[in-house]
Amino acid sequence: MMKRRTLSNGLVYILLSMIGVCILYPILYTFLAVFMTPDEFSQYPPKIVPSELYMGSLHAVLDLIPVGRFIVNSFIVSTLVMAGQVLTGSMAAYAFAFISFKGKAFWFAVFMSTLMIPWEVTMIPNFLLIKSFKWLDSYPGLVVPFLASAFGVFLLRQFFLQLPKELFEAARMDGCGHIRYFLYITLPLSKPALATLSVYVFLNTWNMYLWPLLITNTAQMRTVQIGISMLQFQDSTAWNVVLCGVALVLLPSLLLIMFGLKYLVRGLTAGAVKG
Amino acid sequence: MNLLEREMQYPISQQVPVSLKRKIRSTHVKENILAYVFLAPSLIFFGIFLLYPMMKSIYLSFHLTDPRGRIAAYVGWDNFHTLFVSNAFWKGLWVTGKFAFLTVPAGIVLGLIMAGLAHARLRGIRVFQFIFSLPLAVSVGTSSVIWMMLFHPTMGMFNYFLSLIHIAPVQWLTDPSWSLMSISLMTIWMNSGFNFIVLLSGLQNISEDIYDSAKIDGSGPIRTYIKLIIPLLSPTLFFLFIVSMINSLQSFGQIHILTQGGPAGSTEVLVYSIYKEAFVNYQFGTGSAISIVLFLIILLLTFVQFFVVEKRVHYQ
Repeated sequence: MMKRRTLSNGLVYILLSMIGVCILYPILYTFLAVFMTPDEFSQYPPKIVPSELYMGSLHAVLDLIPVGRFIVNSFIVSTLVMAGQVLTGSMAAYAFAFISFKGKAFWFAVFMSTLMIPWEVTMIPNFLLIKSFKWLDSYPGLVVPFLASAFGVFLLRQFFLQLPKELFEAARMDGCGHIRYFLYITLPLSKPALATLSVYVFLNTWNMYLWPLLITNTAQMRTVQIGISMLQFQDSTAWNVVLCGVALVLLPSLLLIMFGLKYLVRGLTAGAVKG
Repeated sequence: MNLLEREMQYPISQQVPVSLKRKIRSTHVKENILAYVFLAPSLIFFGIFLLYPMMKSIYLSFHLTDPRGRIAAYVGWDNFHTLFVSNAFWKGLWVTGKFAFLTVPAGIVLGLIMAGLAHARLRGIRVFQFIFSLPLAVSVGTSSVIWMMLFHPTMGMFNYFLSLIHIAPVQWLTDPSWSLMSISLMTIWMNSGFNFIVLLSGLQNISEDIYDSAKIDGSGPIRTYIKLIIPLLSPTLFFLFIVSMINSLQSFGQIHILTQGGPAGSTEVLVYSIYKEAFVNYQFGTGSAISIVLFLIILLLTFVQFFVVEKRVHYQ
């Protein structure tokens, strides 16, 4: 029995490793290419591992495009969208969870139905609107359309509803108003859900492709995703220089996943599946 | 039910003095006002950037515009009529469907295998769980660029690996019979992190007792997983299926970077057609008509899934 157990455990490890290699390979390939010289990268048969820690490609990409600027742009945009969605989302979620008001069911239905409108369907009018605001190539154009999301409201409402009811009643008995209850009790108790939403929104905004492609034209305002893919459309650029850029852009999101994964796992499924 | 509602259940009017009644009513009004103050920020943004554009999309789809987006003429159903008689539109719809068919089931099956293996209680399993969730961090922009290199016909690693096992090189992105397949492969990889995380937490919510009792009954691990655990997972699977379907219908970035809809339109999905029509040809009216079709498809899908599939899902 014991022997069979170790045998099947061994099999599980082998399968896990095989899938792990497949999943990891494209990422590993990118980071290995960073340290290859252009010659090393283009020789045949291809080299898998660089022979030395060559830094030239890294310098080349930093000279070629303002990667720093792209990262700062993406960072500003993602942070603002994240802060905005957490603020608007937690306020609306509080109203749906704790305040009794006329038309609650109606407004909740309106909020939920916006989940059914794919963003791509509204992108033409949104583009024309942002253009008429003269917000093309600007931070407001990149940020303002995304400051509210029904997903955030839904996720936080589910969490707020799970907070103990007695707490709310006791606080009301003591004469604690809604605003104080929201700021000093609900929000501090909801840190895990707020963290989930923050990580999710930050990552999504950081990874956004179509919208920044439409509304940014100058290199000054490009976000990382657009900047990097533009690099790839220039034929003259050595390939591993492009991959260097990709690696630089990947680094912040990989770090975020490293620290934020547990919040994502816990929160997303709790909100999504129990809904 | 909150305190106020509970208070309201008592026949207040009979015993409570008028002044208190007024006070309760005024708190009620205050609550209403406060609720709308809390909702206002979200409502304003939804109104401006979602509901108004949605209406505008419908409006635009019945008009022709000049290249700057101003209305040129009312054309009624002409935009839709042109769409429905054009081969390109039906081909785009077909490609979109094929793409969903290639990515969604395979992605979910892969996710089930990964989650099932990574749920085992083994030493070092957290390392694998972390590796399996990594693609979550990789955006559509970066993963397309990486895979573009991997797919390259002469220098790409995939054809090199194939040559090691003596298989002729494949024109991954330039052969019309392969292009959609290649993009699907990349998309499955890109989504595997999300699918894995959703399914793994679904598994973690299933009580350990079920595994133990299955083991006592002499059921092997693979049999237990397929016959017992997967049916219990069906709410999670259902959620994942909807999200993946809608996601796949909205794919754009990988197609824009890897193939630009080609070769010979073999990868031109609906969202790419919208983009091309509106932002390359500057036909905002016909572009909007395609986006309305996309909206109706997604709406229909959501309804079908909620009313038909929902009934068959097994809830614990």
